[in-house]
Amino acid sequence: MQIEQLQQMSTQVRRDVIRMIHAARSGHTGGSLGCADFMCVLYFNVLEHDPASFRQDGKGQDVFFLSNGHVAPVWYSVLARTGYLPLNELGTLRQLGSRLQGHPSISRRLPGVRMASGSLGQGLSNAIGMALAKKMDGDSHLVYTLHGDGELEEGQIWEAAMFAGAKHVDNLISVVDCNGIQIDGFTKDVMDLGDLRAKFEAFGWQVLEMKGNDVEDVEKTLLRAKSMTGNGKPVMVLMRTEMGHGVDFMRNLAKWHGTAPDDAQAEAALAQLPATPYGDY
Amino acid sequence: MNPYSFAEKKDTRSGFGAGLMLAAKELPQVVALCADLTGSVKMDAFAKEYPDRFFQVGIAEANMIGIAAGMAVAGKIPFTGTFAEFSTGRVYDQIRQSVAYSRANVKIYAPHSGLTVGEDGATHQALEDMGMMRMMPGMAVVHPCDYNQAVQATLAVARYQGPVYLRCGRPAVPNFTPADAAFEIGKGQVLRQGEDLTMIAIGHLVWPALEAASALDEQGIHAEVINMATLKPLDADCVLASARKTGCVLTCEEHQLNGGLGDAVAQLLALNFPVPMEMAGVEDRFGQSGKPQELLDFYGLNVQGLVAKAGKLMQRKRG
Repeated sequence: MQIEQLQQMSTQVRRDVIRMIHAARSGHTGGSLGCADFMCVLYFNVLEHDPASFRQDGKGQDVFFLSNGHVAPVWYSVLARTGYLPLNELGTLRQLGSRLQGHPSISRRLPGVRMASGSLGQGLSNAIGMALAKKMDGDSHLVYTLHGDGELEEGQIWEAAMFAGAKHVDNLISVVDCNGIQIDGFTKDVMDLGDLRAKFEAFGWQVLEMKGNDVEDVEKTLLRAKSMTGNGKPVMVLMRTEMGHGVDFMRNLAKWHGTAPDDAQAEAALAQLPATPYGDY
Repeated sequence: MNPYSFAEKKDTRSGFGAGLMLAAKELPQVVALCADLTGSVKMDAFAKEYPDRFFQVGIAEANMIGIAAGMAVAGKIPFTGTFAEFSTGRVYDQIRQSVAYSRANVKIYAPHSGLTVGEDGATHQALEDMGMMRMMPGMAVVHPCDYNQAVQATLAVARYQGPVYLRCGRPAVPNFTPADAAFEIGKGQVLRQGEDLTMIAIGHLVWPALEAASALDEQGIHAEVINMATLKPLDADCVLASARKTGCVLTCEEHQLNGGLGDAVAQLLALNFPVPMEMAGVEDRFGQSGKPQELLDFYGLNVQGLVAKAGKLMQRKRG
């Protein structure tokens, strides 16, 4: 996709997110909006994948693990927009019997999803397992993860980060959504994460930073990250985003971490996200 | 007379080690991960023979379970190895989300279970592990009774599709089952027939149950002894057939009564064929330091303890 198309698709995905969460009357709006640009660039322009021939075992494909499972709506939207699932299924988010569980699940065989997430801090370990298996199998495809910055407070993340650095898991690109906000407030107040670049470098990672709400910068940085794989170190991308990006009254407010818009708020939000050629589901 | 005998005592963790070598030869997808206990959990031979399939993760059990789950998604058959306590309680949520709920084909191998860990004391004596794993939807729970059975159980676990908790032990115990008996997950074995009461035992308590049955013979009480090496899925046909025959059941386990074999059998019987029951196990207490046999004696999980429970059960049955 060209840059302009990516921008439009990101807007469309944000419209999907608002409509899905509004219809479900619950869900995590802020992080989903903030990650929309990254998810579109990753799925449309970076991942080597084939939605029509999705393989649970990921053989011969790049594999993505969503570790901060609560931003499932943005993932579901991008999965639908890239052809993993029918668009109209997006309207079933969080409904009884839906494949689109509140947090990602494989229990109903949802194409594109290989691992449940929701309980935080586990996706990096899962991705390392997949990356090690790819090395054993001589599969040169890459493994990607997305994490929240608040998620880095989980100890398992650092167990995994230590392992990936020490054991040279260099077919792994991890992205942290640094929006600075978690449920109880700003991360700097809840648990100051300190200098993440220095921390990951000390754990043996190569670290990049990018502007997560600028599709051009996201694409450029992810391609650079890709070029840095295979040289003995995993790659960490610290992605600066604005939680709630695209809807002014949701920006940078902790209360929009896990709140659904009501009818008026959904209408106001959609008014700020102009309709796109891709169309609503 | 105990119809079984043994030439030597061996530990079930070493049975696992031997079984893992057989599984590795048969199934190239088998890999092993260990959290800094390679020798203790008997993964050392595998690590030496298959260095490319062995992963030392350091003292980081949560990460080990998560990595194993990712490998399983990719088609590997990972066995994780650390003590039973650190294989379960420490990583319950990782097992729940990344393994059980995600249907990852991970084999959680957990030696050093129960009181017979011995001198290390309560922090290292997993007594709640089977209960935790049994509650997990889709998780099979296997606990072989001796070395030979541990070899075969490990091979069966590797061949089985789905997550399994494989519980083993530390001390050398009588190795009395045949070396070539194939292990079938989900099947109990009637080790000796009897008509007065049923003893259903698991793990290290199978041998004492056989010895207790011999002692009961001398009192004119003929006990049926079942080795229930799979706690889940529980062999309902085996339990119910024996309960119908004898009319009372004693369960024997090196585990808390809460959540273990006794609970599982009681649930099955209560719903299908209620009979008087007694349970030998740890009664809502932690363990402590001591020699393995001293601990079994202290907690009443020895031959005398089982005989006493059986006597009480017979009194209840006779009303």
